[in-house]
Amino acid sequence: MKPGERDIIIRTVCRLLVPFVQLFGLYVIMHGHSSPGGGFQGGAIIASSFILLAMGGGYDEVKRRFSLGALTATTSAGVLLYAGLGVVCLMLGANYLDYAALPVSDARSVGMLLIEIAVGITVTAAIISIFHDLVTFE
Amino acid sequence: MIWQLDLILLGLTVACALGAVQVRDLLTSVVLLSAFSLFMCLLWIEMGAVDVAFTEAAVGAGVTTVLFVVVVLKTERESQD
Repeated sequence: MKPGERDIIIRTVCRLLVPFVQLFGLYVIMHGHSSPGGGFQGGAIIASSFILLAMGGGYDEVKRRFSLGALTATTSAGVLLYAGLGVVCLMLGANYLDYAALPVSDARSVGMLLIEIAVGITVTAAIISIFHDLVTFE
Repeated sequence: MIWQLDLILLGLTVACALGAVQVRDLLTSVVLLSAFSLFMCLLWIEMGAVDVAFTEAAVGAGVTTVLFVVVVLKTERESQD
């Protein structure tokens, strides 16, 4: 085994686990408004699945798919979605982040779900970029 | 709440915290901190705060442990003080 190359058991187990971990993260985000969990926890779970992939298969493989610029843009996009939903509520004549004003059925649940998704996107991208910064630090 | 379980979990939490401060090898210290997070998470569940326990398990035991391990690998493994 060359130095820097991982054992086949570690590589295989990490790759097998990643989709299940990501599915669980999405479940936690989607059920955040009605059960324990939410955008922050789900985002942390999804981000740790990518960290697991980086630990199992070497960081270069993950780095090829995530540039630092794209990560920063995604972090900002999540914050923008959160703030934008608040502004949309403001434009519909209600208070900031008053989801009840949204013109859909079950407006409160839908609004909360959108907020959770926005928080999840931001937390995922932020944690991956922190990991990226630490690993590439010289 | 079961006070016997509380007492055991609190004892293990304090033991892990003291061990993480006392030990010389920083990688061992990180692992003990992760165990501290795990017992903290069990304590939160025991007290009925499932949401906080969820955060503690995902962030405390998962993400920060990896970040600390990366920092230890980038710097030195032995404690200087």
